[in-house]
Amino acid sequence: MKHWLTTTVAASALMLALGMASAAAQETLDQKAKQGGAITITYKDDVATLDPAIGYDWQNWSMIKSLFDGLMDYEPGTTKLRPELAESYEISPDGKTFTFKLRKGVKFHNGREMTADDVKYSLDRVTNPKTQSPGAGFFASINGYEDVAGGKSESLSGVSVVDPSTVKIELSRPDATFLHVMAINFSHVVPKEEVEKYGADFGKHPVGTGAYKMAEWTLGQRLVFERNADYWNKGLPYIDKITFEIGQEPIVALLRLQNGEVDVPGDGIPPAKFQEVMADPEQKARVVEGGQLQTGYVTMNTTMAPFDNVKVRQAVNMAINKDRIVKLINNRAVPANQPLPPSMPGYDKAFTGYAFDVEKAKALLGEAGHPEGFETELFVMNTDPNPRIAQAIQQDLAAIGIKASIQSLAQANVIAAGGEKDGAPMIWSGGMAWIADFPDPSNFYGPILGCGGAVQGGWNWSWYCNKELDEKAAAADSIVDPAKAEERAKLWSDIYAKIMADAPWAPVFNEQRFTMKSPRMGGDDKLYVDPVHIPINYDYVYVNDVQ
Amino acid sequence: MIAYLARRLIQAALILLGVSLITFALLYLLPADPVRQIAGRSATPQTVESIRQQLGLDQPFIVQYWRYLTNLLSGDLGRSYIQRSEVSELIVSRLPASLLLMVGAILCELVIGLSMGLIAAVKRGTATDQALMVGSFIGVSAPQFVVGLLLLYVFAVKLGWFPIGGYGTWRHMVLPSLTLGILGAGWYSRMMRSSMIDVLRQDYVRTARAKGLAQRAVLFGHALPNAILPVVAMIGIDIGLFMGGIVVVESVFGWPGIGQLAWQAIQRVDIPIIMGVTLVSACAIVLGNLLADIVAPFIDPRIKLR
Repeated sequence: MKHWLTTTVAASALMLALGMASAAAQETLDQKAKQGGAITITYKDDVATLDPAIGYDWQNWSMIKSLFDGLMDYEPGTTKLRPELAESYEISPDGKTFTFKLRKGVKFHNGREMTADDVKYSLDRVTNPKTQSPGAGFFASINGYEDVAGGKSESLSGVSVVDPSTVKIELSRPDATFLHVMAINFSHVVPKEEVEKYGADFGKHPVGTGAYKMAEWTLGQRLVFERNADYWNKGLPYIDKITFEIGQEPIVALLRLQNGEVDVPGDGIPPAKFQEVMADPEQKARVVEGGQLQTGYVTMNTTMAPFDNVKVRQAVNMAINKDRIVKLINNRAVPANQPLPPSMPGYDKAFTGYAFDVEKAKALLGEAGHPEGFETELFVMNTDPNPRIAQAIQQDLAAIGIKASIQSLAQANVIAAGGEKDGAPMIWSGGMAWIADFPDPSNFYGPILGCGGAVQGGWNWSWYCNKELDEKAAAADSIVDPAKAEERAKLWSDIYAKIMADAPWAPVFNEQRFTMKSPRMGGDDKLYVDPVHIPINYDYVYVNDVQ
Repeated sequence: MIAYLARRLIQAALILLGVSLITFALLYLLPADPVRQIAGRSATPQTVESIRQQLGLDQPFIVQYWRYLTNLLSGDLGRSYIQRSEVSELIVSRLPASLLLMVGAILCELVIGLSMGLIAAVKRGTATDQALMVGSFIGVSAPQFVVGLLLLYVFAVKLGWFPIGGYGTWRHMVLPSLTLGILGAGWYSRMMRSSMIDVLRQDYVRTARAKGLAQRAVLFGHALPNAILPVVAMIGIDIGLFMGGIVVVESVFGWPGIGQLAWQAIQRVDIPIIMGVTLVSACAIVLGNLLADIVAPFIDPRIKLR
């Protein structure tokens, strides 16, 4: 973590000194990698759409990253930003103007060369309310966003084409997360002519600049990706053909993996089989473990009594036995003491949070005027292991006198209850928990802890709104200078420490990811738990048995 | 006959209208907001409202239902909220798989159910009879999810006779058909047994035996064709049973049918798909029952259409 920060900072300082950042996406290729071969990946749920402006699922996230490219991306297996379709970029001293120089000779799968017009078109399209993009809000800092979102304009005034290989993006405020936004799927570049040709069905006929192109899609059954021989990043990808088989229960996928029919079960190891797999040395050797930008937490509605009393919320934080919950899910997570997950910049290693202490919790409840405890409700999504976790929390709360009845509901109903001001006193976030959209500390604040999210239908289920912290957050995000990244991360650490003092959440754990692969799969382990190309980075993995 | 058919078809249309109204109302009453799902967690209230207007979800219930109904009459089932594809396209692409699975299940339940019932009737009162009836009881009551996984584990994983889930060849079809058919086989064996016992008591069977015909000839030539009639007439009604079963069976075996589509849509509150699959299933059930009633008098002349 520290290492990551210092290297990034050093590199960034150098870039800034030059006034322009330029990093070769063309990295040294893996010497052991061989070109060719075919692999099979399975998923349980249908692939909804491969339109980068719309797709927002576990299974299509990484597929879209392989079919399309953005101006920015991350070094494989890391959270370190680097230019992708951009060859270089320049940030103005006030942090409000980003100028991207595009890589030349990049072609869409239809053979046409990508230009600055395509970048502008793609950004105009994703922010247009007619596209109904779930990611439109990420672009709110671009000048003219309000007009496009409000239907007054079809074109973002802040995005201009300087020449065919230069795009200038002007922001209404300095935004330190903007390079991340340019790496997120929603900003990926699409060709206008193909979008217009297929209309609302573009997501079923994706055409991008990515390492793979779509060869076949049999609805509900399978998708086949073929290597893009014209890919600009020469030498990539390694694998010729990826077949995604859809509709496979994780447990069936695991059996097929053991039978040699599947290379990676995309949904991971089913919980019921986890211990069996990990107890078998041969199978365990094929499991890759990695962190995930995720936190599981209990929200306490700060506008509803008795959770409007900070002492009650702190008592809940002390009452929950996190180690026991982690054991309950077979150690597939690490206990959490703050909102940010450990692999996120801004995570404070020194922060200890609230230790598990039943007596102190009881005392705090007494001070808050509830020595006998009280009755409340704990909302939870009804799929395993969430109801079991809620029961453990229920028992822990009972030990300090809080009688919580469990409301186990379908995901959408829990989300709806959380979005009502007095809908849910407590929610266990499991199954709906926040997984970061991009590796930046601000991504854990705005919608889920900031005032902006504390609205009807919002995601700030604790209805916590601290104007002072909102200002601090805005100040931190205006530090665009990469050389000040550490200062910015520190500001964010302070914000989260203040949040923990107010305790609108009881952070419980950070999930770990466990990806299983067949013995023939090659490539660095970190590619199989890539923090951004979730669940695996298809562009860089390879197979060992190619002749 | 024609008057009967016309009356039944009008009834069927009314039933479907009722199903559509009730399903639409139930989904409307769900506390989950589909617009929030589409708009995503980073959406501004302005975006949310704009999407709500585009989808017409800001209109009162009756307007929404009327619009759905008029679109439906022109064959438009709408677009999926999550997949953003035409619901009719999604259903059509998955219907053949479900129909194939049903054909397989009907074969399984007929072959297994009828032979079990036949043997039990002939061996009535013996240990074989009892064992078969216990077997049929288990078949009727065993959860399909468990049966499916059990068959998968034994015949695909351990013995390797069949592929582990998937779709494509006849070998893929055996285990899911069996899982779906076992429930019906349990019912059929019981019906077949009582029907056969009834027939075996009839005078014409006694006459056949008195003629000195071999047991095989009596059973297959005289008793079976009569005993099988009331059982076969039930196939149409099975479709209702299957519609519930395919949701589970298709999920276990990764069978790309409408059951799997429905299950995924329910989990994600994809209302247009839930509506579409419900209506298609309701159509199948209504038509299946109608077919059963129409076919019955041809198979068994004692039944008359009125």
